[in-house]
Amino acid sequence: MTVASALSRRDLVRAAAQRSLTRRRITGRLAQALCAVAAVASVAPLVALLYYTISRGAQVLSWSFLVNAPTPPGIPGGGISTAITGSAEIVGLALVIAIPIALLAALFLFERSGRLAAALRFSADVLAGVPSIIIGIFAYALLVLPLHAFSNLAAAFALAVLMLPIMIRADEEAMRTIALDLWEAGIALGARRGRVARSVVLRGALPDLVTGNLLAIARAVGETAPLLFTLATPVAAMTLLIYTDGTQAFPIAQETAWGTALVLLAFVLLLSVAAKIAAWRISRRAR
Amino acid sequence: MSGDPIARPEPLSLVAEQRAAANTAASALTHGHPSSATPPAVTLEGVQVSFGDHVAVRNVTLAIPARQVTALIGPSGCGKTTLLRAINRLHDHTGGSVEGSIKLGDIDVYGADTRPELIRRRIGMVFQRPNPFPAMSVFENVVSGLRFNGVRGRALLRDAAESALHHAALWDTVKDRLNQPAVGLSGGQQQRLCIARALAVEPEVLLMDEPCSALDPIATAKIENLITRLAADVTIVLVTHNMFQAARVSDQAAVFLLGEDRVGELVEAGATDELFHEPKNPRTRDYVAGRVG
Repeated sequence: MTVASALSRRDLVRAAAQRSLTRRRITGRLAQALCAVAAVASVAPLVALLYYTISRGAQVLSWSFLVNAPTPPGIPGGGISTAITGSAEIVGLALVIAIPIALLAALFLFERSGRLAAALRFSADVLAGVPSIIIGIFAYALLVLPLHAFSNLAAAFALAVLMLPIMIRADEEAMRTIALDLWEAGIALGARRGRVARSVVLRGALPDLVTGNLLAIARAVGETAPLLFTLATPVAAMTLLIYTDGTQAFPIAQETAWGTALVLLAFVLLLSVAAKIAAWRISRRAR
Repeated sequence: MSGDPIARPEPLSLVAEQRAAANTAASALTHGHPSSATPPAVTLEGVQVSFGDHVAVRNVTLAIPARQVTALIGPSGCGKTTLLRAINRLHDHTGGSVEGSIKLGDIDVYGADTRPELIRRRIGMVFQRPNPFPAMSVFENVVSGLRFNGVRGRALLRDAAESALHHAALWDTVKDRLNQPAVGLSGGQQQRLCIARALAVEPEVLLMDEPCSALDPIATAKIENLITRLAADVTIVLVTHNMFQAARVSDQAAVFLLGEDRVGELVEAGATDELFHEPKNPRTRDYVAGRVG
């Protein structure tokens, strides 16, 4: 390469950079604008949905709506207390089933890299894609039919199955943020694997574990299909109540559905905020 | 650090002296005049970089001579890298604010009508860890900057890539695998690829932020050789906390230390051999003698 060609190339690059600058700046601005539009567009449905639900639901909302038991159709003064407690009970029970299993399964996936782990990870992904109505009918066949009874337990089981794959993958991802060399550092101190898992991996991953699990819960709280097959009456859970009352022609039923929808939304929102605060507080203490 | 020679065969001042002697001979050949006469490529005046309330480095006034190697040395955390990144406006994106004046030739780097894109094309950067773009081949990595700058034409890109790889002493190694993924190269090769990538856009100044800190001694030696040779065409500003490296490759050196209030500051600057031989500032003397830092 000669000095002359190097010099001309320098001039050429300079000229090209200068010449294309306006075009590059315009392209950049356009791309930025597009991103902003997309960001707004993705938030707009949420805002609209919140606004509509609040404006419809707030009219119905009152203290008695929350604490009174449902009344038969046509009799005023009914509330949704059974649906609220039912939902809480079912979700709580589902958590007791799903959280420990998911944690242990995730630890297994974190630690092992063999074919079994790959197969498990794959089946978790497949399970995550199974439509929730199929999980509902599965719980129906497994628990409702043999026992001849609809039950909160059957509903909780269905929700647990639904949450498991989401939780497992979220837990594993959370653990992956704790690098494998920390795990090895613990082992190299002579600790038992279980001890390292508890003290180093779980502790370090705790903020992400909390966030991941709470998001899975928020997802499960809103599920309706698994409950269709496992609960005897629509007033046993909030989502089911919204489904049955919302599809009725009577204004009173529809109002109840909107009120319940608002309560459910508030519950999910509360969970998400709680997740954020918990993760923030834990990670602040960890530093 | 990994770039350190295991044995320290010669005192710092001697290393710097040999380097200076070799350089005088070289510059007499190429430029025909002593190196001190070249006008500065970059001029810093009263530069201070801060993040929110925290001042990282302050009051830096320094002339960086063209087509020489200027080393910024000092212990960790004294603002060398922060200052280096200010020179091509990388703090625009990190929330750091830069006060004072930085000039590239006559151009105010932070001037109101100065385009950061054009400044960064002229002031390139090589980072601590080799960072070739993933999912790009060796060739695509080298010409990426050219493409970003709107340079088109297959033959032109090809020539530019070959030339840049030659300059980075990597051509013979990669000429048969230009289309293979860049991340398949060794660490030292990746760093030379990053140097080629930076050189391809024909910068006048090349900022190097501890370019050898992630490399083994052999790869370090190659990069150091390269730095010395590149200085014939390009002004090099090298951040290093390895004083032996500074002595081996730099013509000028600037020593940064933490002030009493934990703010980094420029303590002394000058020809590298003088700085290591007879430092004027007692703090420089202590640092060079290995008593602090």
